[in-house]
Amino acid sequence: MMNPNGAGSAAVLAAGIGSLAVAVFAILADKAAAIKTLMNFYKPTGPLSGVTTCAIVVWLAVWALLHWLWSRRNVEVGRVTIAAFILLFLSLLLTFPPIADLF
Amino acid sequence: MEISVRGLWTMIHGMGFGALYLMACSGALVELYRRYSSPLGPEIKEADERFMRIYLTAMAVLAWLAVLTGAYVIYPWYRAVPPPGTANLAAFPQRLLMSSPSTSAWHSIGMEWKEHVAWLVPISITMAAAVFSQYRRSLRVHPELRAAVLGFVWVSLLAAGIAGFFGAMLNKNAPVMGGPTITIVEGGQK
Repeated sequence: MMNPNGAGSAAVLAAGIGSLAVAVFAILADKAAAIKTLMNFYKPTGPLSGVTTCAIVVWLAVWALLHWLWSRRNVEVGRVTIAAFILLFLSLLLTFPPIADLF
Repeated sequence: MEISVRGLWTMIHGMGFGALYLMACSGALVELYRRYSSPLGPEIKEADERFMRIYLTAMAVLAWLAVLTGAYVIYPWYRAVPPPGTANLAAFPQRLLMSSPSTSAWHSIGMEWKEHVAWLVPISITMAAAVFSQYRRSLRVHPELRAAVLGFVWVSLLAAGIAGFFGAMLNKNAPVMGGPTITIVEGGQK
């Protein structure tokens, strides 16, 4: 019997969300002094430590949640894949400083 | 022939983990496309499948090692703040780059992009390794999942390429130097 596509779809969408989280946290830390201070988890690395740690936590939490919801069933994987590619493309754009600086 | 400890770590990060990842990417893309693109393709042996699983997992390990050494070993040396009145900024790469209009964009665009875009690489390849490990040869009958895995590996190659390019250029314009010196080979007298 064919494996349901839910577990794979969960991993794909979570990766898209995790990638976008990197860009969103980076922009937030760059634009708001309070968030920049909050993101300073490890002083020698600066806010980058908090930005990436928070993004990884979001990615893994979303992955775990979606896996729990979808792993035993089939979902509309085509739509999930398109959504994940859009998120990934946005994260590539939003990490590019001249675009991130527009916010 | 000598190298500083900081130079050695930069080399391990860039050439050991980063460049090896870039090279491994092309192999993964070819293999995933060639073997898993058609449900009617030649039979996939158990050993080949196991190899691919280990290969993608090793790529994920390389990607994590690259970003973790970059962010937690080398970046603190790169962004170190010189004491007031320091004239020679050679040991403070970020400040050295920002001290001249002809080099400041290497930091404001190059490093600012590299330090964030590089994190898309371990996220993407970890997902690809996990999905492959779960579905293996049945990826052939899940074309959308296979497309997602291939697409994310492509983007990881692009992101690693951006990070690698800027890493090399930053190190060319303002190398991370300092720390104890390691003598590799004693040179003879001329």
